[in-house]
Amino acid sequence: MDQVPRLRPGFRFQWEPVQKAHVLLYPEGMVKLNDSAAAILSEIDGERTVSAIVARLEERFPDAGALDGDVQEFLEDARQQHWITML
Amino acid sequence: MTQASDTTMTADRPIPGPPLWLLAEVTYRCPLQCPYCSNPLDFADSQNELSTEEWVSVLRQGRALGAAQLGFSGGEPLVRPDLPELISEARHLGYYTNLITSGIGLNETKVEAFRDAGLDHIQVSFQASDPELNNAVAGSRKAFEQKLAMARAVKAAGYPMVLNFVIHRHNIHQMNDIIALCDQLGADYVELATCQYYGWAFHNREGLMPSASQLEAAEREVNLYRQRLADAGSAMKLIFVTPDYYEERPKACMNGWGSLFLTVAPDGTALPCHSARILPIEFPNTREMSLKSIWYDSPGFNHYRGDSWMPEPCRSCDEKGKDFGGCRCQAYLLTGNADNADPVCDKSVHHDRILAARRAADHATAGLEDLSYRNVRNSRLFFRG
Repeated sequence: MDQVPRLRPGFRFQWEPVQKAHVLLYPEGMVKLNDSAAAILSEIDGERTVSAIVARLEERFPDAGALDGDVQEFLEDARQQHWITML
Repeated sequence: MTQASDTTMTADRPIPGPPLWLLAEVTYRCPLQCPYCSNPLDFADSQNELSTEEWVSVLRQGRALGAAQLGFSGGEPLVRPDLPELISEARHLGYYTNLITSGIGLNETKVEAFRDAGLDHIQVSFQASDPELNNAVAGSRKAFEQKLAMARAVKAAGYPMVLNFVIHRHNIHQMNDIIALCDQLGADYVELATCQYYGWAFHNREGLMPSASQLEAAEREVNLYRQRLADAGSAMKLIFVTPDYYEERPKACMNGWGSLFLTVAPDGTALPCHSARILPIEFPNTREMSLKSIWYDSPGFNHYRGDSWMPEPCRSCDEKGKDFGGCRCQAYLLTGNADNADPVCDKSVHHDRILAARRAADHATAGLEDLSYRNVRNSRLFFRG
């Protein structure tokens, strides 16, 4: 929980108005993100720890309950896909 | 601006989504002579390149339509002196900008300058894992050393790096060496793109196509290496593209005609893929029509959307929604009619042409010296009219 996730170099997270969605862009590729993936990725700034990210998300989405399980699961998946690194 | 005449959408031709991918072929000029180049055989006939202002307009229109990925390609895009300006504009517009280059004409200063202009990624192409073969295929004596130096410079500047190798019968035995070289250079992605037969590659097919046993051995080597990389926790990704000629079902070419991809050729001709220019279809030009009209309304882009154009066996095939009948260019090159099923499909009555090419590959003897190299002199032999 005190690890710091960071987008892999060359990966870019941005809002695409035409698709009305957040996307993750990387060399010659693009992933269209669902709302929860986008919410988590939007909190990654290369400085916040996983706990800090969870806390901010729980503040943003007070009705969602405890989010640490979902966030950790997503981050582990993103790490395995080499979208992010964990320091 | 002229208005497109055909704006009707029939029931079986759904309104397409946005063009998410824009490929800007900024020039057909190139210092290399690879005999599998995907440019048209008569590229030397097309010298009327879009100006900087015209490219900027194409980039702006493409981004407004929803394009997010942008490839600067060619030819060799580095021969355009306005490339830094185009990169800067593209990045400012919000594109993810990819430079697809041979590395020839690149230097450390440009690598840094492009970075400052906002370039996201550089893909460097190689022809082989050793200088002798690389330079023979590229038709350039110094190409390999330059490519090595530029791959190191790209990496040092902090870019993600894709290394691309076109694989054919003369380098397919080098898989291990190629992957080891990429690993050593620190590539993030390695494209082992077995040659597909369009453009110059179709013309040189007999001299390029690997045999089935060569291909099997290569695939085995790649899979073993992939496992080693996974065991070592490496993030380097190997992408091995199987050649169509060894499939029994066609690919969903370009994810469907006019579905995601929009190519603009050096002279402004807009195409659903970079090879489609060979087809006997009139394609619109960005000098005469807005990109929006081109994408949504032009007869060229609507030509093979939906499935009402399909003859049998595609028309009644339960896989037509999956592969869209395969590749129109391959159908045209192999059967003379782009409406036909892609002959890669074993349901095609023309599939024997694929089988004949495979048999020929088992007995091919052509050396590198027998190939027709992609240069202006050879291109002039293909001029129309």
